[in-house]
Formats: sequence, C-alpha cells, structure tokens
Amino acid sequence: MNDLMIEAHNLGKRFGSTVALDGIDLEVPAGAILGVLGPNGAGKTTAVRILTTLSMPDRGWARVAGHDVVSDAPAVRRNIGVTAQDATLDEVLTGRENLLMIGRLGGLRRVQARARALELLNQFDLVDAADRVLKEYSGGMRRRLDLAAGLLTRPPVLFLDEPTTGLDPTSRVRMWEVIRGLVADGVTLLLTTQYLDEADELADRIVVIDHGRVIAGGTAAELKAQIGGARLELTLSEAHASASAAIGPFVAGPVRVSHDGRRLRAPVRNAVGLASTVVRALDEAGITVDDVELRQPSLDDVFFALTERPTDEAQDRAEPESEPSDADLEVARR
Amino acid sequence: MSFTTVSPPRTPAPASPGPVRPVARPPRSHGLAQRLRDVGVLTGRNLLHIKREPLQLSDVTVQPVLFTLLFVFVFGSGVVLPGGGSYKDFAIAGLLAMNLTTSAMGTAVGLSTDLGSGVIDRFRTLSMWRPAVLVGRSLADILTAAICAAFVAATGLAIGWRPDAGAASILAGFALFLLFSYALSWGCACLGMVSKSPESAQGIGLVILFPLAIVSNALVPTEHMPVVLRTIANWNPVSAVTTACRQLFGNPNPSATIHAWPMQHPVLASLLWSIALIAIFAPLATTLYRRRTTD
Repeated sequence: MNDLMIEAHNLGKRFGSTVALDGIDLEVPAGAILGVLGPNGAGKTTAVRILTTLSMPDRGWARVAGHDVVSDAPAVRRNIGVTAQDATLDEVLTGRENLLMIGRLGGLRRVQARARALELLNQFDLVDAADRVLKEYSGGMRRRLDLAAGLLTRPPVLFLDEPTTGLDPTSRVRMWEVIRGLVADGVTLLLTTQYLDEADELADRIVVIDHGRVIAGGTAAELKAQIGGARLELTLSEAHASASAAIGPFVAGPVRVSHDGRRLRAPVRNAVGLASTVVRALDEAGITVDDVELRQPSLDDVFFALTERPTDEAQDRAEPESEPSDADLEVARR
Repeated sequence: MSFTTVSPPRTPAPASPGPVRPVARPPRSHGLAQRLRDVGVLTGRNLLHIKREPLQLSDVTVQPVLFTLLFVFVFGSGVVLPGGGSYKDFAIAGLLAMNLTTSAMGTAVGLSTDLGSGVIDRFRTLSMWRPAVLVGRSLADILTAAICAAFVAATGLAIGWRPDAGAASILAGFALFLLFSYALSWGCACLGMVSKSPESAQGIGLVILFPLAIVSNALVPTEHMPVVLRTIANWNPVSAVTTACRQLFGNPNPSATIHAWPMQHPVLASLLWSIALIAIFAPLATTLYRRRTTD
C-alpha cells in the first residue's frame, strides 16, 4: 500500500440531484500510468478535480503522494502537475510569460523558473512561439504549453484530463510522444480519455468508468480478454432472417445485426479455421456472403460490451460501407 | 461477465486512512516573503494585461476626458457656486472623484473575467497564497486609477483648471484619491465574486457606483438638494474625498460651511472611510473568493 501515489476509496460527489461520482476506487502505484476511460459525463473530470484539490468529495477519501486531498490539500498541490481539459492559461500573456508566472507561483525562484521554462519550451517544440501571446496559438500548441505548465516544478504526480480531446490526428500523435517521454522520467500519471486507442497506447492499466462508477479495470490485454477475444464481421449479399441462427453455433456471444440485415457482428473465441467454417455454414443455409472479416478486439468493443453503448468515437469514425457502426447494429440474442 | 481485476468494493471508508509515506517535497509555508512574491507575480500579470490591451483602458482614458469636458462646459454654464468661484476649479476634484469611483468597476470586471476562464483553476492547483489573486488585482488597478486621474487632471489643466496650493498638498490630494479608489476596488472585488459574468459585473457595478458618484457634492453643491439627498450627499464618502481634495488643491469648496462632520473634517473622514471600506471588503472578498472557488 505504501508505494501508491494515487489512492481513492469510495469517492463520491453529487451536484444537486446529479450524481457525478458514485463511489469509485482508484490505485496508482509510483511510476505507473493509469488510463481512466469513459464517455462524456462519466465522471472523469469530477474525479480529477477531486484528486487535484479543486473539488471536495461528498464521501470517501483520496490521497495523492501520501497526502489527503481534503485535509492536506496544500501538500497535495506541492506534488502535482495538472493539465485540465479546458485551457487554464492566460490568453493575453505569451507562452513564456505564462510558464514564468506559473513556475513562480509554484514556488520556483525567478532564475529557476526562467531556466525551467526555456527547457520545457525546447522540449515541447514551442521555442519559436515562446514570445507570442496565447491567442495566436493553435489548439495543439496550447495543449503542449498547458502540459508544460504542469511540469514546471517537476511534480512526481501528473494529472492529464483528456489531453488530446479536440486535437487533430497529427497533434494527437505528437502529444502521445510527449506523454510517453514523461513517463520515462518516472512520473506517476493519471490520464483521462474518451479515446480507447489512447488508453491502449499510453496506459499500463485502464479503469473504465461510466455513470460515476468503475465498471471494469485491468490492463488493455485483460480487458480485451474479458470480451472473449476476436470478433467476426460478415457482410451478406442480402438480408436473411436465419443468418444469425446459422452462425450461432460458432460464435461466443450475441450476434448483432444491422438495420438493413446485411451486416452481422459477433464475438468469437477460437479463430482457427473459423472464417471458412462460418462461410460454409452460411452457404449451406443458402446465404451468400460478400465479405468476412476477423478482427482482433479493440477497446471500443470492450467499452460496448461493458456499457451496451457505443463510444462517441466509434460513432464518429464508423464507415457504413465497410464497418457497421455499433449504432446501427441491433442486438440479436441467441 | 466477471472482472477478475476489478474491485469496486462498496464498503464504507475507514475512519482514518492507514499508514502512508508522504512524498518529501520542500515544504512551503505561506510566509510573508512567499505571499509578497505571489502578490508580486500576479500584480505583474495584471499590469501586462493593461500593457497588452490598451484599448480596454478606454474607461479610464477616453471616458474621463469626455466627462470632464461635458460636465465642465454643460453643467458649468448653469451652476452658480455659493460663495462664488469658477465652476471649472470647483469641478475638477469632483470629476476626479466621479471618474475614479466609476472606474473601480474594472476590478469587478477583471476578476469576473478571470473566474470565467480556466486560469483560476490553474492557480488553485498551485501551492500559492490564494488571496494573492485578489491582492494582485487590486494593486494593478491602482495603476489604472492613476491613469484615470492623470487624464482628468490633464484635461482640467488644458481647459484652465488651476490648483492653488503647494505641491505637497496637491500630491496629498491625489494620494487620497488613489487610496479611496483602492478601497472601492475591494468593494468591487466582492461584486466580481458574486456576479455571474463580466457583463453582469459591469451592469451591477454601474447601478451601484453611478448613484454613489452622483449623489454627492462632486458635480453640484449640495445646498439646493432635497433634504434626504442632501443628508446622503453630505455623508457620502465620495463627498468627503471630493471636499478633502478641494481643500488640498486650494479650489472653491462650498461644503466647508456645511456642519455635517465629514464636511468639517474631510481629510480625516476620507481616510476613515477608505480604511473602513478596506477592513470590510478585503476579508469579505477573500471569503467570497474561497466560496466561489469551492465546489
């Protein structure tokens, strides 16, 4: 227990009649990265706000770097760096001025703050923009500067609340590289995200939260294992009422059928020779198959399996022709 | 479906958390030196805002010039001072008071803007002295007030206002104005804490500050006011400051004959008013700030 840098027990918070957090438990050992995964409104930001002393829990308790977030908030603040979801820097100041201000307020001497600011501007490729005011920064530059601001005092614990939400793909990948670099320095990190691939990329362990509760947790591999391995996706030439039943014996879970009845999706356990078996079975039932795909599970699948609800991202990037989105798939219980 | 790795136990939290090994970081108590540094850093930040966005200074540059010219030439043509003297000489101290009073609203607007942005959240995750946000704002607003005073005084001088006193006395008059304006800015800090947006801070500020500035002896002598207004005006802190400065500037001061205590001891009254406003509103603003930033 003693090497836990972030620890929360039964943490709860409500705003009026809305329950934002309904008793969550978190444990992050020193030097680890925990990915907190959930859709909008799941309670991720509330959890981060409590852990970073911005918000008071209604119940439960939490410790960061060994200090209670309520009774010993000043000590917690000395040990954390925070990159919030919304921009928390001064728009009217330049990048450098922002870093100097935050470094000084974080307790650095003027000389230290200046040196550290320059170091971070270099590290995050912001030197050229250092003396421009933030209004002229792009979204990706702001996020990097916001992250740099959280690192000024070299805190041992970092909180990143949706660090790549709203970024274009290039900026996102760049942000990932930056975050990976941090971890190499031995920082303990809690990262929230709605992007499953982001959690998969960055986190050692993932907790999935929904409606203010932890609904699953483990490594990415463990989470994937929980939904039974690979996934079979079929596109039929035309809809066929008995298609679900025909493949039923070979799949390991509910078969989801799209509204037009042409696309089927189901989890499968043993992928060896499965594709031909399924196609043969459908053929014997007089059903013509246009396309068969066996996919290794993504965290999207995990999330859907856990919440019976697609993630926003899965909806956004679904291509109706080749990949049936979860949204237009109906569950056909076997 | 079972999750072997998940354990969301719904057991109640232990009464006292178990043993911990707090991470050793240099302790940082909020000693005076640190408080001063935090205040200095945030004052500097707000001064940079003034420098970067000079257009937002129109409230303390264009408006004072306009008001000074309008009041002197429009009101001045109709007001006869009891005891004689030129309205121009009478009006400048009053216009200083009026403009400084209404421009104190800038504190409310500035703080409200900060509260609406994420920057306060960032400050709150730092191990800084929290009231520095308010103190830094109020100190930077002294500069705004000084700019405002300079514009009124310069306009006055340009149209023929002449103080008739020693340099020390005149400077004391300006110092009194700035102290009063500083005190008002703490009142406005409270306003900034309770208003939902910068716009509403400005709206409410105007409703409070404008009557405060007008129901006074700043622009017209009080002797012809209805008795209720006259009593309010005689005890209005704006009147005390205006009277004190007319005295210190050596300008016409019809209020000298009024028996209300603040009119007889205007300098002392101004100091007491300013101190009282700070003593009430600075702690109140700090409390409101704490409350506003706790959820």
